[in-house]
Amino acid sequence: MAVRVQTEDFDVGAESRALQAETVGGIALFVGTVRGLSSDDGVTALVLEHFPGMTESELERIEAEARTRWPLEEVTIIHRVGRLLPADQIVLVATASAHRQAAFDAAQFIMDFLKTDAPFWKAEERGGDRHWVEARDSDNAARGRWSE
Amino acid sequence: MTLTIRYFAWMREHTGTDLETMTLPDGVACVADLVPHLVAMSDGHALALKNMQVVRVAVNRAYGDLDTPVAAGDEVAFFPPVTGG
Repeated sequence: MAVRVQTEDFDVGAESRALQAETVGGIALFVGTVRGLSSDDGVTALVLEHFPGMTESELERIEAEARTRWPLEEVTIIHRVGRLLPADQIVLVATASAHRQAAFDAAQFIMDFLKTDAPFWKAEERGGDRHWVEARDSDNAARGRWSE
Repeated sequence: MTLTIRYFAWMREHTGTDLETMTLPDGVACVADLVPHLVAMSDGHALALKNMQVVRVAVNRAYGDLDTPVAAGDEVAFFPPVTGG
């Protein structure tokens, strides 16, 4: 059980190496980054707020749910908060399993549930303006496919 | 009955507070009973809680809804749909 919410950046290589083990045959890694150019004008920064305490317990709940569905050796979820700049890393989900399919599927499952259930909120800054990002229906759809 | 109320993101900005302690009269049994008391606090509270269809609720850091019971000492959090990842 490794869930971390932090302002600092993370080292993907180090996190991946930390999951290597004799029982592990594959590690799937997803890294979310700050997209500077959305549909209209450029985002100059992203400010991430969260609900300390509930965030960690939700992420742990999502990891526990993934572990009931796939045989996972290790899981690491790291999410950054605070002010981030375009191209910065935001989130890491790493899943280690004996076989690749479980690792791939579990990483997707964890990201889909993180998007809809973990209490984080993004505000985009464009020059001097700041506005809260709205939740997307496509994220709810992505979560919904796991209950089919 | 005293409850701790928390707000996040734009709800925090509208209400002007991230945390408040409220003493409520008898008869407040669930989240739905609590909302009118919060709305009466200020125009900002009324704006934040205007559309409860989009607001998410957590009681003691677990997701709930308008029917979730509340009891003395509980922490009730209101926030917009989440946008992490």
